[in-house]
Amino acid sequence: MKQMHCPLNGLRNIDEFVYGGEYHPDAEPTETDTRACARQVFFHHNHAGLVIEWWCHAPSSFWFLAERDTRSNTVVRTFPPSELPSGQDGTP
Amino acid sequence: MALGLLKSAITGATATHLPKRPALKPGYDVVIIGAGGHGMATAYHLARYHGIRRVAVLDKGYLGGGNTARNTAVIRSNYLTEESVRFYRESVRLFRELSNELDYNILYENRGQMTLAHSDSDLRSFRWRAEVNKELGVRSEVVDLAEVQRRIPHLNCEPNVHFPILGGLWHADGATARHDAVVWGYARAACRLGVEFHPLTEVTGVEVKGGKVRAVETTRGRVACDTVVQAVAGMSSEVARLAGIDLPIHTYPLQAMVTQPYKPILTPLVSSPRWHVYIQQTSRGEFVIGGGSDPYPLYQTRSTLELKEALCSGITQLFPFLAEANILRQWGGITDMTPDYSPIMGLSPVDNYYLDAGWGTWGFKATPICGVTMAELVSSGQVPELIRPFALERFYAFEQINEAGATAASH
Repeated sequence: MKQMHCPLNGLRNIDEFVYGGEYHPDAEPTETDTRACARQVFFHHNHAGLVIEWWCHAPSSFWFLAERDTRSNTVVRTFPPSELPSGQDGTP
Repeated sequence: MALGLLKSAITGATATHLPKRPALKPGYDVVIIGAGGHGMATAYHLARYHGIRRVAVLDKGYLGGGNTARNTAVIRSNYLTEESVRFYRESVRLFRELSNELDYNILYENRGQMTLAHSDSDLRSFRWRAEVNKELGVRSEVVDLAEVQRRIPHLNCEPNVHFPILGGLWHADGATARHDAVVWGYARAACRLGVEFHPLTEVTGVEVKGGKVRAVETTRGRVACDTVVQAVAGMSSEVARLAGIDLPIHTYPLQAMVTQPYKPILTPLVSSPRWHVYIQQTSRGEFVIGGGSDPYPLYQTRSTLELKEALCSGITQLFPFLAEANILRQWGGITDMTPDYSPIMGLSPVDNYYLDAGWGTWGFKATPICGVTMAELVSSGQVPELIRPFALERFYAFEQINEAGATAASH
């Protein structure tokens, strides 16, 4: 089985992890701008290539980020939210 | 057709389906990106019914090499919302006539489809679907366990199992067809009418000026055009991005597999939303088994043992004799999953750039109606009534067409 490195628990089987969506550092839209709200809720980069995503190690309920290539399914690195780079939009 | 058969019987030669790859011209009226069922059906309808024949269908690979080849060939119209039922009902009607329309046998078979209920909430949602379907002239009805067993004698209907079967949603219009033949038939008919098919021609850029599409850049050079239709399910987000268009899509793999052939013992298509598995026996006896999407997004058609194990455990609960079966082939396809499990069709933010995207796990069954409606859109510039609800704009207006329940694992 494919394995992923959890920053808290080390190398674990991939089926212990839950995918949590793309990392979106964009500012929250104002509540009155419905188009911006719709974009925030429904639209995704869905980039084919290197992306930063939220993942959760389900048994320990630990949330972290992973840099993964969505073409090759290679996990380049994983890191806790405290190491988040600033000013990136999820497609490094 | 009969004459053609006689001729090839005497000469021993069969006509080639398609002309050799033609030289790429500097411009066309319409460029269709993607030579799958949807793209070829659109090209055929443009040439046959709208007199638009300066059409080029471009594909980075070969004819029908994407999801047209990878789907599990389920044709049905038992959806939940009126918008979807109307749309897929028309598609099923066109499928019935398609062999005659194209003069090409697509091996259409009206088998009926049974969706299994394992809980009261399943039955409640089936009743809802059946009533919507009946209102719109689609043949669906909720049936009891005895009727399920009568139609599917080899199904395990015992009460002492993990998820006992309580009843089902019987959809008499459910059908299957040879999926490859659908795109081959459309391609042959379209090319005979003057449409050009260009395999191994990848679109690498879209030229937009003044808000209107002007040309596409390809690996074989620039092609000017008045109109572009994008029909590249699986790669929709990446291709739309070339034209500066964002889509509400996540790309997930979907996996399926085929067993060794058996004698014909299963007529209907059978699906179990609870086990996330569905099955049909092909006309050559193999059981095609498919299920839900992978647990996380990926642009790769690789298979995983975990998902295949899940399919096996589900299907052997329903059909215990399959525990003895060998898996002959297994594969994956990449699918455009939209937030509401409905497609994205029609206008885009770029003038004359039309979308046929968001085909998740429900694209094959819509092939003929996509050809009809997308060709009408290209020809008239007006969005046909049937696909108006599927506009990209619906996400900004919060008017989604929720088909999650009727689609997710039922296909």
